[in-house]
Amino acid sequence: MTRFRPAGGIQALAFVVVLAVLPLLFGQHWVVSLLVFTVMYAGLAGSWNLLGGYAGYPALGHGAFFGIGAYAMTIGTTHLGVGGGYRPFLLVVPIAVGTAVVVLPIARLLLRTRAVAFAVLSITVMFMVQTLAYNIRGLTGGSQGIAVPLAPFAADTFERPFYYAMAVLLAVTVAVCWVVRTSKLGLALNAVRDDEDRARGLGVQTELVKLVAFSVSAGLTAAFGAVWAYYISYVFPGFAIDPLLSLGAILMAFLGGRRTLWGPVIGAALIVPAQQYFAYRYGASHLYLVAYAALFLLVIYLLPDGVIPSIVHRITRLRSSHRARARKDQILMEPALTPGERG
Amino acid sequence: MHLLLQATIAGILVGGVYALLASGQAMIFGVTRTVNFAQAIFAILSAYLSYTLFVDIGLDPFLSVLVLVPAMFAFGGGIYILMLRRLSRSSAELALLVLYALGIGVQGVLDFAYQTNTRVIAPAYADSSWTIAGYQIPVVRFYAFVLAAAVLYALYVIRQHTKLGRALRATTQNPVAARLLGVDVERISAIAMGLGVAAAGAAGAVFGMVIPFNGNSQYDLLSKLLSIAVLGGMASMGGTIVAAVILGVVESVVAATISPDWSAFAFLVVLFAVLMFRPQGLFGRRLRGAL
Repeated sequence: MTRFRPAGGIQALAFVVVLAVLPLLFGQHWVVSLLVFTVMYAGLAGSWNLLGGYAGYPALGHGAFFGIGAYAMTIGTTHLGVGGGYRPFLLVVPIAVGTAVVVLPIARLLLRTRAVAFAVLSITVMFMVQTLAYNIRGLTGGSQGIAVPLAPFAADTFERPFYYAMAVLLAVTVAVCWVVRTSKLGLALNAVRDDEDRARGLGVQTELVKLVAFSVSAGLTAAFGAVWAYYISYVFPGFAIDPLLSLGAILMAFLGGRRTLWGPVIGAALIVPAQQYFAYRYGASHLYLVAYAALFLLVIYLLPDGVIPSIVHRITRLRSSHRARARKDQILMEPALTPGERG
Repeated sequence: MHLLLQATIAGILVGGVYALLASGQAMIFGVTRTVNFAQAIFAILSAYLSYTLFVDIGLDPFLSVLVLVPAMFAFGGGIYILMLRRLSRSSAELALLVLYALGIGVQGVLDFAYQTNTRVIAPAYADSSWTIAGYQIPVVRFYAFVLAAAVLYALYVIRQHTKLGRALRATTQNPVAARLLGVDVERISAIAMGLGVAAAGAAGAVFGMVIPFNGNSQYDLLSKLLSIAVLGGMASMGGTIVAAVILGVVESVVAATISPDWSAFAFLVVLFAVLMFRPQGLFGRRLRGAL
């Protein structure tokens, strides 16, 4: 829990500059496309982190909200006639807010369960939304999918508008996470994660803070889904509401470090290029599923705390051993800070 | 009315197979406190193996169960020993993610080995059925139900009337106390995992005759299994069986009267309606921190 620090400001500034400049450095379409997906997954992992990391509720069904965003975008552009060009991007904000509100009743129901039961129910919600996408053919085109009008952007820099839309959303997500972490809400979510019954006993409004985390997390996820739909311009139930998408975002949060601010971003930067490579290289043979699973298991067994906490742990250890060497007469060493318990 | 009863019969028969699959999952949950997210793909793995045994050496799918059950028992126990034992018991969510990832890896291997076109195991009697008092009873589904009931009974006997069963129940109730009383909790957990996966093995072998499958059907099956688990109350074996039969009947009746497209959805609606009043499921007990 830190208030605004100059170092944090520099981090944020560097992040925004890198985000803004990255696509300008590369001309090849596949690289920029890779960047679009990296930024998208960083944002998805970040918004998952609000509920899955800070609040400790293991949500597995965020694919549902991504899909809701994606279908809202397709329905907005095809049935409601929002128009082409940059105008569909205007839909992103209402879609995010709308999803955040629409999920409230279901969130209330799900949040009555905890831990493993919550994980199970959240993924069940995803399967429900997928069934709806298959069955309400009039709106979604069923299993044949539905096309979004192709964006009329210049072929050379086709990906850029989508990249910047994703980048803005990512910046918003990181900012939201930062605000949550530094506010009372973050403290309350921490308390819920550590011992919800005790937190409630101590007067934390557990129901309210959980609902807020769930709703904001779902709304942000839907926003990414909306931009994604416009980018790939064709939406199938199997792709838009994909169990692997939720799992991918969780994997990235785990790798970077759950409950850290930058962990999801780092996790995505490390994994998405590998993931896209696997899908490109082994996609036809389905071996990419094996590679994906292997990667996930490696992360969980070798780096269960994630990259950032592991590095922080290393540094604090190094520092304390330096200090101990400096003060040889002192017998008691400071205990090294543990980087957040596993949960 | 005839249609409704016919659909109910079909639902109960298929519900038996779901019950077997789901009670394996309930046994694993009870002892290890983790949900086996790979239970569905293990059943499909078993279905593929049964398919291979049938096509290559002509082994009847019902007989292949005799081979597959011990093999899947060893597989499940091995997974516990190699992968789950080292995760701390408090991190059930982590174990769940490990199993989920493992399931996706197994699907990748199956998709690679068998391609992704749907298959069905079709022995000579696959399409025959008896007609009793005007109601059709497909032979395969009937035998599948009988097999499921037999395996469930065997599991019941093991749980209630053997020393191993007592250790299983003790660990389900309170792992710490069980350990203090001399139960080797790690060994019991490995055995429970083995039994649960073996149940998936038995169910999968016959499942492959009842419903066409491929690697991707794991999600459909997983969604059913998880709904059954929640409705039945996670660790309750009896509740799981009741929930599985309810699922089978609701699905079959909705498919017959409204549309097959909505059959799975109808059950999910039932599930959420129940949860509004009983978050712990029909037969579950509230566990602090777990549910």
